Amino acid sequence: MTDTLLSIRGLTKAYPGVVANNDVSFDIGVGEVHALLGENGAGKSTLVKMIYGLVKPDTGEMVLRGQPFAPPEPRAARADGIAMVFQHFSLFDALNVAENIALGMETPPPMRDLAARIREVSETYGLPLDPFRTVGDLSAGERQRVEIIRCLLQDPKLLIMDEPTSVLTPQEVEILFQTLNKLRSEGTSILYISHKLEEIRTLCDTATILRLGQKVGTCVPAKTTARDMAEMMVGSTLHTPERAGRDLGEVALDVSGLSVPSPSAFGTALKNVHLVVRQGEVLGIGGVAGNGQDELLNALSGEVRSENGAIKMLGDPIGKLGPKARRGLGLLTAPEERLGHAAAPDMSLTENALLTGSVRENLETRGFLKWGAAQDFAERIINAFDVRTPGPSNVARSLSGGNLQKFVIGREVLQNPKVLVVNQPTWGVDASAAASIRQAILDLAAEGCAVVCISQDLDELMEISDRFAALNEGRLSAPKPTQGLSVDEIGLMMGGAHGMEVAHV
Amino acid sequence: MDLSAINPILLIASLMVAATPLLLAAVGELVVEKAGVLNLGVEGMMIVGAISGFSIAVETGSPWLGFLASAVGGAVLSLLFVILTQVALANQVASGLALTLFGLGISSLMGQSYVGVKPPATPDLYIPILSDIPVIGPIVFSHDLILYLGIMIVAAVWATLKYTRVGLILRAVGENHDAAHALGYKVVRIRIMAIMFGGACAGLGGAYISLIRVPQWTEGMTAGIGWIALALVVFASWKPWRVLLGAYLFGGITVLQLNLQAAGVAIPVEYLAMSPYIITILVLVILSADKSSAPASLGRIFHASH
Repeated sequence: MTDTLLSIRGLTKAYPGVVANNDVSFDIGVGEVHALLGENGAGKSTLVKMIYGLVKPDTGEMVLRGQPFAPPEPRAARADGIAMVFQHFSLFDALNVAENIALGMETPPPMRDLAARIREVSETYGLPLDPFRTVGDLSAGERQRVEIIRCLLQDPKLLIMDEPTSVLTPQEVEILFQTLNKLRSEGTSILYISHKLEEIRTLCDTATILRLGQKVGTCVPAKTTARDMAEMMVGSTLHTPERAGRDLGEVALDVSGLSVPSPSAFGTALKNVHLVVRQGEVLGIGGVAGNGQDELLNALSGEVRSENGAIKMLGDPIGKLGPKARRGLGLLTAPEERLGHAAAPDMSLTENALLTGSVRENLETRGFLKWGAAQDFAERIINAFDVRTPGPSNVARSLSGGNLQKFVIGREVLQNPKVLVVNQPTWGVDASAAASIRQAILDLAAEGCAVVCISQDLDELMEISDRFAALNEGRLSAPKPTQGLSVDEIGLMMGGAHGMEVAHV
Repeated sequence: MDLSAINPILLIASLMVAATPLLLAAVGELVVEKAGVLNLGVEGMMIVGAISGFSIAVETGSPWLGFLASAVGGAVLSLLFVILTQVALANQVASGLALTLFGLGISSLMGQSYVGVKPPATPDLYIPILSDIPVIGPIVFSHDLILYLGIMIVAAVWATLKYTRVGLILRAVGENHDAAHALGYKVVRIRIMAIMFGGACAGLGGAYISLIRVPQWTEGMTAGIGWIALALVVFASWKPWRVLLGAYLFGGITVLQLNLQAAGVAIPVEYLAMSPYIITILVLVILSADKSSAPASLGRIFHASH
């Protein structure tokens, strides 16, 4: 671990109006797992893009094994042994596994040999995969395996992983870590980007912490508490959401025997879903992505209609009502996909605020819009949820993912819902903002709102929900009280490790 | 009514000729769409190819130089689409429609002095013995070379998309241009090549009409074949052999209904005239009921941010 593989010296990259990286320097040793920590917008992605040759630095240099290293394009970086697993998987849904992997290689062997090598590598590292399956049919965990195997086949010296565990079950995370540890023992260095501090504490040897584009510190994660690391990232003391003791009211949302076919070919149908949420209660719904989360949200929001009696709100059947009527009754939803589902990308924040807020915030009279009131509403969201944007007239697309997420959640929270359904409320949001979103959800519940929180972040669900249930292939498990629930139990509810096994060698 | 006047051998031979312009244009557009670009300018590129090929063939006396010129003409016109959509990032639908209108206009300008001129004849293939075989000879071995070229292009496109790395990259670009870019592929460059290939094929298809099928030049003589080609690509589920099937079906029914009209069948002419469109679409809709779908990035503008 004494040899340096990659040395980064004084990298700076500025975009119009923002310095993404400012004079960042650190070293990655051979066989070291190096964590890169930071909030959204701290410059982690830009930094790894420079290492991978997708972005050119303005100033500064990199040294790889003693040689100057300035990859003009990803191809050159790959040739030098740099491989990257992307945060948003760079996969092609309509192609099969082997084709996807061939696309990531410089000189792929013929398909038949490649398929054999995929089988070989996937078994060695305990990541079973059928080379001829279409990627669009795979689960998120399996898709990640495709990316990892694509990297491993190139025998990388440095593997960059951008938020790899955000979509995995606990069992899958454990197996991923075993794979990474095996790679480390073989001398491969890993640059690991994550928000999840506990993971970094168990896995990583060194951590470099970035804040607003600058390196603010280095630490040995195993010897530093998660709280200290979080405070280094944020630069201030971290506020943990507090759960006030509260009394549960009457049943606010009653779903019984809800079965809905999926509208899309790659989706999952809901099968006989039962759930009951009382006023003041937070029901957490976990599960690996693609097991019916989107479909459940659509069925609850009214985008997909169901039998009238399958969904009842405060005793009244609403299964046949559309989204607008449900909003009028106080059932608000915030879907996962921010651009295109929760928000219209090319419309301003004011217009987006109006789109879901018009009913409950009285933003229209007889078909005419009240622009002034809509803008006030947008500004209230921006202030209350610390959305970083020059103003409400900016288009939704111009906001970073985390900031838009704050806006989307804030928009629903501020409308005083009676029932709130959120999917992935803090996905891609940094630690402090996530804490404030969770606090807002808990505050709503304390005021008597019933909350259904669908999330892939189990820590989040454990933190805010009273009861926990898991979706597995469109079926919802029976909810259990969160307190005293063990990780193993949760894993079983989520459907186990989906065929993963421990590394053989 | 005299159905015995219809000669089935001649019918099959002539349906292949009738289908070739459509086949060429559609297989070119298939490649363009597989790369994720929707070029609605097929009709415009065809008609420009028709007049480019016609004028060069007349001036040089060589139909082969004419066909070469038609491919170049179609590809050059497609460059306009390239500039609009790949460089200026304009909307593909609007740009494609503009391309068709522009192509129709400039072709009638180019063709003003060629109305009523007769082009040099394109020789048909004649292989001794093979071309003399009854039935098979006239159907398989006695066409012009461009018709065979069309079938070869279909086979080459199919094999390239299915078996080669170039084809895989092309499909990847059309499937998810952001991911392809992240892997370091030149999305814009690949799309420009595909668009120009599509333009060249459409141009060839146009010249096939003006030099072989009709042999003369009249304004707007492609008469909507470019639009049929666009529909054909969709209904053929972006599969080259289905494009061939659809084109031959369309060509076959077109020729058949003309024969039936000549034979005086007691069906109103209007119904006969619409039959190729209806039957082709019906058959391909039934075929396309499987789960194959459009390239996911089709028609989306690619902008490499950062």
